[in-house]
Amino acid sequence: MTEHFPVFIVLIPFFGALLCGLLGMRWPRVCPGIALAGMGLAVVVAAAILQRVAEVGEWSYFVGKWEQPRGIGIELRVDGINALVLSAVAVVGWLVAVFSPGRLGRDEESKPTQFYILFLLLMTGLFGITVTGDAFNLYVMIEISALTGYALLAMGPHSRARLATFNYLIMGTIGASFYLLGVGYLYLHTGMLNMAGIHTVLAANPASSVALVAFTLIMVGLWLKMALFPLGGWLPNVYTYGPPLAAAAAAPLVTKVTVYVMVRMMVTVFGWKWVFGGGGWNEAVVWLAVVAILAGALMALAAKDLKRMLCCLILSEVGYMVGGAWLANRWGMTGAIYHILGDAFMTLTLFLAAGVLAGRAAIFKLERFEGMFRRQPWVMAAFAVGALGMIGLPPTCGFFSKWFLIRGGLEAGHYGYVGALIVSSLINAVLFFRIFEIAVFGSKPGKHGYDGPQVVVEPDGVKAKGGDLLALYGAAAMVVVVGLGSGWISGVIQRALEVNGVPLAAPAVLAPAVDETPTNDH
Amino acid sequence: MPTPFQILLHNFNYVCYVVLLMIGLHAMITKRNLIKKLIGMSVFSTAIILFYVSIGVNNGGDMLAGHDGRPVGNIPVLEHGIGHDAITHPETIDPRRYANPLPHVLMLTAIVVGVATLGVALAITQRVFQDYGTLEEDEILAQLNNPQENDD
Repeated sequence: MTEHFPVFIVLIPFFGALLCGLLGMRWPRVCPGIALAGMGLAVVVAAAILQRVAEVGEWSYFVGKWEQPRGIGIELRVDGINALVLSAVAVVGWLVAVFSPGRLGRDEESKPTQFYILFLLLMTGLFGITVTGDAFNLYVMIEISALTGYALLAMGPHSRARLATFNYLIMGTIGASFYLLGVGYLYLHTGMLNMAGIHTVLAANPASSVALVAFTLIMVGLWLKMALFPLGGWLPNVYTYGPPLAAAAAAPLVTKVTVYVMVRMMVTVFGWKWVFGGGGWNEAVVWLAVVAILAGALMALAAKDLKRMLCCLILSEVGYMVGGAWLANRWGMTGAIYHILGDAFMTLTLFLAAGVLAGRAAIFKLERFEGMFRRQPWVMAAFAVGALGMIGLPPTCGFFSKWFLIRGGLEAGHYGYVGALIVSSLINAVLFFRIFEIAVFGSKPGKHGYDGPQVVVEPDGVKAKGGDLLALYGAAAMVVVVGLGSGWISGVIQRALEVNGVPLAAPAVLAPAVDETPTNDH
Repeated sequence: MPTPFQILLHNFNYVCYVVLLMIGLHAMITKRNLIKKLIGMSVFSTAIILFYVSIGVNNGGDMLAGHDGRPVGNIPVLEHGIGHDAITHPETIDPRRYANPLPHVLMLTAIVVGVATLGVALAITQRVFQDYGTLEEDEILAQLNNPQENDD
């Protein structure tokens, strides 16, 4: 029973979606229950996988017992990195399932049955991306999660959602196709689709222009899908105008899981030595990430409404992770992976709070926060936890991920990246304290206290019910739990990185600082 | 030393795939009509299918004689009389005689994915047309900038 857990976690939401389709057409009321039970089961299974991986190490599972000598089996491979991502996806999915029933009934245009089918299939795709050890299977899973994501995000009441989703679909298809092309070149070079197999062949003959083409195609494709800044123009409109519930499910997960894929490609498929061995192009990528961090932060500063601001912050956070992963040392990589978890929960908290506060409305002007602490104290408390996480105050996870990333940046001697992290933290502080100021003192200068609502607020949007608050507090609690558990989590990540051959300190970075400086003085 | 023309001829499939890929990418990014973008997407994904199918081709297969003396084709099907014990004795199969079936099989999946993507895209396009009454991106953006039409 337990030995099949890696495939169970993919199958649970898949059969949940099937069940929703069969029963939900007749009895739509059973769908929330199915989603809740399915995702709850997935959380349990993910926790069991995480526990075993943390104790024993890598866990390999061959679907249908088609083992590698035959060369065509699909391998599911779980190590510390994806066990953690798996748990984060499961918990976020479960919290969205808790949040959803109260939301759907209030939106006359929503279709509960279709929502739950697509939501569970999205989870299937994300779990599949996370557990698979096969490069082509990864492509199929990326497309499953992407297709369901398009359908979910296009369902909303706003007509802008359709147009934004169309652009997202075009960009997402280009990204996934580039990835597919890259896998084709890898197959051409190695004759393998299994990630570990590809790595073995690549390690034997590293100097190959075909592998370089494959790597470039895969990276550009993934950057498109994860919305790294110049390639991420599709993201803000999609999550701003999309239905709030779908945005709350997709925004914390889709970009983060794509970052995980990038990490997996760098660490497991191409291997640390290959990626950082030759050429200084990791420097260039870190500078790209610096641009993404600053551009996202500045766009967030310019945003006049809550959701657009949060979307721009996602762009900025993607820059954190890409930069950390390309710093070429273990602390940066640990920080990037840790931030995948942390950012998933912080984004979830903020998007759930935005969903409660804004209701169906896509645009929630920041002025409407006036007196919000009085009207919605419980929602605002959770929102504050998410906001403090984004700013990076201990004991939230935002503090620890920034600590790891800055430590990695200092070790790599990349002060531009460290500076960008600090500047963006300060901008986050400005952004969120501006909201708190409006919420406490009102938006007009010189006026103190709250005297009656200035704007007519949709009655639907503002009342938080039990399920909403439970999900919101679950997410806020996870922000703190991931922060408090940072020692254990970073230990799991470090062990997994060590198995994958990530050196404790990159020799290419440390060597010039120690040995070559005196020779240069001659 | 092969001439450029020979190189072109030898890699004809790959040249075609790159040309198709660029046509598709160009259409997806620069065209302002949503349907033209989707046509570009279709060309783009077909180009990748051509690339994968080209990987699997086994040009050496023509050189080998089959068990009845005729040259074997590139079709990855076990022939009668050879395939019987192939499951129990895989070493009796000579891989040089067959095209590589794996990329072709992968493309079955990719074709299905492409069809599904196109289906979702067409459904979204239909809704865009219902919302705005046009499929020209410029006209839609003009409507969005007009505050009366804006539903936000």
